[in-house]
Amino acid sequence: MDLQGFGHLLLSGTWITIQLALSSLLVGLVLGLTGAAAKLSKNRIARWLATGYTTLVRGLPELLLVLTIYFGGSQLLMWIAGGFGYTEYIEIGPFVAGVAALSIAFGAYATEVFRMAMMEIPKGQWESGLACGMSTPRTFFRIILPQVWRLAIPGLGNLFQVLLKDTALVSVVGLNDIMRQSQVAISSTKEPFTFFMVAAFIYLLLTAATTGFTMFMERLANPAARGNRG
Amino acid sequence: MTWEWDVIWKYFPRLLEGAWLTMELVLISGLIGIALAIPLSLMRASTRPWVKALPFAYIYFFRGTPLLVQIFLVYYGASQFEAVRESVFWPMLRQPYWCAIIAFSLNTAAYSAELFRSAIQAIPTGEIEAAEAMGMSKTIQIRRIILPRAFGIALPAYGNEVILMLKGSALASTITLLDLTGMARTIIARTYTPLEMFLAAGVVYLAISALIIALFRFMEYRFNRYQYYHHSDTPADLDPQLRDPHIDLK
Repeated sequence: MDLQGFGHLLLSGTWITIQLALSSLLVGLVLGLTGAAAKLSKNRIARWLATGYTTLVRGLPELLLVLTIYFGGSQLLMWIAGGFGYTEYIEIGPFVAGVAALSIAFGAYATEVFRMAMMEIPKGQWESGLACGMSTPRTFFRIILPQVWRLAIPGLGNLFQVLLKDTALVSVVGLNDIMRQSQVAISSTKEPFTFFMVAAFIYLLLTAATTGFTMFMERLANPAARGNRG
Repeated sequence: MTWEWDVIWKYFPRLLEGAWLTMELVLISGLIGIALAIPLSLMRASTRPWVKALPFAYIYFFRGTPLLVQIFLVYYGASQFEAVRESVFWPMLRQPYWCAIIAFSLNTAAYSAELFRSAIQAIPTGEIEAAEAMGMSKTIQIRRIILPRAFGIALPAYGNEVILMLKGSALASTITLLDLTGMARTIIARTYTPLEMFLAAGVVYLAISALIIALFRFMEYRFNRYQYYHHSDTPADLDPQLRDPHIDLK
């Protein structure tokens, strides 16, 4: 499909969107795991912080987050850096602002998913890990995390789809993703419906691929269920 | 960094104007969305493939694409066709307000239809069978049993959908509407106080979410009252003949 010579532009936009989504997923997963650990910890301040984080972020529009970080982030960063004696100008580009905003939003929802999954793991799993002589972190990484992962994948898959669709918001601050590139194409062809429809179908393709990948991961993470098929 | 509180106080009334538009958008498109979602979910819950196909495609499209694309498709996309520009709908489709309402309604209809469908399928079969045994026709069953029951089951999940819609309504600012986000952006363009204004807008968004959550808690309490019902204990000296084993079994 040539799309009046704008096909390659949309493809490059798709690549940016994929990069943005995957980077935000990575950072968001770390935030989510940290948040869940904080919510389940014995430390009251950690619990309080994590609860504040999820309540706050889940009630704010993602667009507002993107705008705040893009337009206000450098001001905030320079203020913090100024406290350490760094006075140069710090600029936040649309990609970094997008990753920051989307991973903060993803992390808040992922915190809940991980927390639910961790609560599903019987206490005996922890105790038997410790009884085998493993340290707490080792028990966590060897015994608990693989099981948490299995329980969390369906929820995380849904969240990743939301994240993928939210990447479109970053075009508002000027990232050259699918949306932005279709707007560029429209400004010279004057065919808004055609190009936004193409953009819509690219997103549909991406979300469909995500669904397939999530199902694959679910099978991968659950050897027990695989064995029962035969 | 200088933090200017007085800018927030000065422009707060303008922000509230924006908040009003945001709530208006959410309310109107929510109502239209429900009206669209009910027939869609009934069709989607059908067992016949040709009845199911259309709502399935509709829901798949609207849940699989970003809301921003949908808004742009309505606002910018509709003008591509001569037929649309000459139709009676053009005066409406030309205004960002109505475009936002159309896009939000279509979007939320898809998500709520999916919620209602799962609620319809979660109604215990015994209740449908009981309705059938009473001799109710399919229409009466839908009106008296299926819809009210599905409504009660879907209510908590629908509350979440309304919150998501509130967050989605921020996108109205991308098509020049002065909703809460749009108003904040306009004020920032004039005063250049991004952190202060976005913080203030965020607080208003949180307040609206809290309001919606409280409203849905209350509605849930009203509509699913049977779940909150506590009978009084039967007195110990009651005639054994009058005892109801279902109530004593607690």
